[in-house]
Amino acid sequence: MDAKDILGLPKTPLSVPPEKKSQPKKDSQRKPDGISREVYALTGGLAPLMPSIDSSYLKKRPPSDEKITWQWLPFTNSARKDTLQLYHWVRVVNGVPPTGDYSFAKYNKSIEVTKYTDEEYAQHLTDPSWTKQETDQLFDLCEQFDLRFVIIADRFPSSRTMEELKDRYYSVCRSILLARASSPADVSGHPLVKENYNASQEKERKRALSMVLSQTKQQEKKDAEVLAEAKKIAESRMAAKGVEESVMPATENEFPETTIDHNTLVSLSNVRLAPVAAPPSTLVIADTSSTLASLRMLPVYLRTYALEQMVQQASSSAGLRTIKRVEQTLQDLGINLKPRVPTKAVCAEHLELRKEILTLLNLQKQLQYKEAEGSSLREGTTYSEMPGTPKRQVRDHDRTFIPDAMSFGGERGGRKDPKRKGPGRVSETPSSPANKRPRKMKASDL
Amino acid sequence: MTNSSSPKKNEQDQPETSGPVLKSLKTKLSKPEDAEKKILSKKFKDVEISVPIVYGNIAFWLGKKANEYQSHKWTVYVRGATNEDTRRVIKKVVFQLHSSFNNPTRVVESPPFELSEQGWGEFEIAITLHFHSDVCEKPLSLYHQLKLYPEDESTSLSIKKPVVVESYDEIVFPEPSESFLARVQNHPAVNVPRLPVGLTFPTPVEDPSERKRGDTKDHPLSQWFTNFSEADELLQLAAARQQVQTHIAKLRRQITVIEGQQQQLKPSSDQ
Repeated sequence: MDAKDILGLPKTPLSVPPEKKSQPKKDSQRKPDGISREVYALTGGLAPLMPSIDSSYLKKRPPSDEKITWQWLPFTNSARKDTLQLYHWVRVVNGVPPTGDYSFAKYNKSIEVTKYTDEEYAQHLTDPSWTKQETDQLFDLCEQFDLRFVIIADRFPSSRTMEELKDRYYSVCRSILLARASSPADVSGHPLVKENYNASQEKERKRALSMVLSQTKQQEKKDAEVLAEAKKIAESRMAAKGVEESVMPATENEFPETTIDHNTLVSLSNVRLAPVAAPPSTLVIADTSSTLASLRMLPVYLRTYALEQMVQQASSSAGLRTIKRVEQTLQDLGINLKPRVPTKAVCAEHLELRKEILTLLNLQKQLQYKEAEGSSLREGTTYSEMPGTPKRQVRDHDRTFIPDAMSFGGERGGRKDPKRKGPGRVSETPSSPANKRPRKMKASDL
Repeated sequence: MTNSSSPKKNEQDQPETSGPVLKSLKTKLSKPEDAEKKILSKKFKDVEISVPIVYGNIAFWLGKKANEYQSHKWTVYVRGATNEDTRRVIKKVVFQLHSSFNNPTRVVESPPFELSEQGWGEFEIAITLHFHSDVCEKPLSLYHQLKLYPEDESTSLSIKKPVVVESYDEIVFPEPSESFLARVQNHPAVNVPRLPVGLTFPTPVEDPSERKRGDTKDHPLSQWFTNFSEADELLQLAAARQQVQTHIAKLRRQITVIEGQQQQLKPSSDQ
C-alpha cells in the first residue's frame, strides 16, 4: 500500500476499505497508541513482549533546574580484594557526584562451598575410598572453580570420574548438614537431604543420553516405525474392545494387509475373490463398525463430526491422490464436499456416494491395467508404452493390482519407469503403515 | 450392525404389553430415591436422539453511524433448526469472543441463545453448548467465523440488507438417559426415533421456566433465517449416486470383456 503511494500509483479502489479492515483485524483488534502504524506493521502486527523505551520517556527533557556535567573521576570496586583505583566518566548533578558502590559490584556472586573442620572430618566424613587429602583437594577445587565439576574433574590430580567426585562432594555436604543441624526436621527440607545424589543413576542417565544423541538416522527411523506400530496395536486393541463379533469373508492370501490396524479379520483363505475391487469394500464394512462403536462411546457429538469420521475411515484404504480425485468427482457432480444440510439421511447418502466413487475409481484403474496388459500381450514385446500418469497415481497404494498383473506374461513388462515399484517390493508392509499416518491426517481436512 | 436390541435393563424381565417402565421398577426396589436415581441413570442404547440446530450470525452495517471501531451491529446465535424451543436440551450457551471485547466470555442462560454486539472485526467465535445434567455431562463446542462483509466485494454495503451466515448441524445423543427421553419424546425441537415396543413414558410435567416462550418463530430477525431443507440435497445425492452406479456397471462390463479376451490370448503367449 505504501509502496504504491511512493511510486505514485493509484490504489485499487474497491479493495481498500474492506481490506484495511479485514487484514489488521486478523492480527489485532486495536491499533496501539504510542507506536506509529508503520512500526507496528514492521513487528508483524504483534506488540513487543516488553516495552523497550516508553515513548513518553523519549519526549521528556531533563529538568531545567539541574545542572549536569560529566567528570573524569576515580572509583573503587568493593568486589575487588585489592585497593585498585580506576577512573571513569561520571554524571555529576549540581556539583554533587553520585554516591554508592560501583554499580557492577553486586554481580560478583560466588557459591558457598561448605567447609569442614578436622574433627568433623574424623567424626562424620571418613570414607574407605577417599583419603582426607583427596577430599581436601576436592573441596579446594570446588571453591576455586565454583562447583563446575567438568573443570574440577579435569584438574583433579588422581583420575576420578565426575560422578565419583560429585558423589563424594554431595555426600560430604549432606553429612555435614545433618551433623550440624540441631534437629533432623530442620534440614529435611534441604534439597540435599530430600533427594541425595545417586551416582549410578547419573551414570545411567548420561549413558542413555549419549546413546540417544549418537543414534544414526537409520536407527531413528527404525525407532519411529516401531513406536508407530506399537501405537497402532494399542489402538486396534481399543477398537476391538468396542466392536461386536464380526466374521468377515476372506481376503486373498497375497492381498497385502494394508489395514491391519483396524479390526481383527477372520480370514478364510479358501475363498478366492475374483473382482479385486471387492476386498476393499469388505474391509471397509469391517471398519465402519469400529468407527460407529467409537462414536457411540461419546456422550454427545455433532452429525458433521460423525460424517467426517466415517469419511476418513472409508478413505483410509486410499492414498491422498485418490482422495483428491474423489473430491474432484464430487465437485464435478455438483455435490458439496460437506453437505449443506447434514441430516442423518443426507449424511448416509453422502457417505454411500463417496464409497461408490471410490469403487468407481478403483474400477477405472483396474480397467487401465487390464488394457495395458492386453496391449503388451498382443504386441508380445517385453515392454510397451504405458500411460505415464495413471501409474504414478497408482503408486500410492494399489499394490493389490500388481500381483494380478504380474501373474500374466512378461513380468518385466513395461516397468521401466524408475518410479514404479518392482515385483520384489509388493510385500513391503513395514513402510505402508508408516506411510498411512500422514495420509490419514491429511484426509481429514475435507 | 447393531447387537441385541434390548436396552440396558435391570435383571427384571419387562412385560410385553405396556405397563410403564417406572412402575415395575418401583415395585422391585424398596427405596423410592434409589428408583429415581436408577431411572435417571438408565440409558438406552438403540435410541438415538438428535437435535437439529442452526448457528451463525446476522450482521447489519451501521451506515452513517458507523465509526472506525463500530462499523457493524451483529448477532451470533444458536437456534433450533425449525425455530422450536431448545431449552429442554440446552441449559446454557457460552460465546467466547475475541479478547479485545470486554468480558469476552458471554454466558446466555435462557433462550433465545444469542448475543448481540457492535464491532468492526471478523473473528472466530467459540460457541459452547452446555446441556442439562441428565442430557449430557460434557459440553459441546461449535466454531463459527463471524462474517460482517459480504462475500462479493463489489456489493455495496447496505443498512437494510444484513450479511447472514448460518450453518446447519445436528447434535446427536447416542445413549440418552431415560429422564431425558421422557422429557423430549414428543417435543418438536427434538428428533426421537420410534421407541422399542413396550417403552412408553408419561407426559412430562410442564416446567414453570417454560412459561416464557423460548422458540424463535417470531424472532425479530426471523425474516433473515435460512430454511434448511434436506429434500434438495437428498435429490442431488440420489441423482449423483445414480450416475456413478451406471458408470460402475459400464466399467464392470468392459473389464469382463477384456478379461475374456485375455483368457483367449493366454495360452498363445510365450514366456
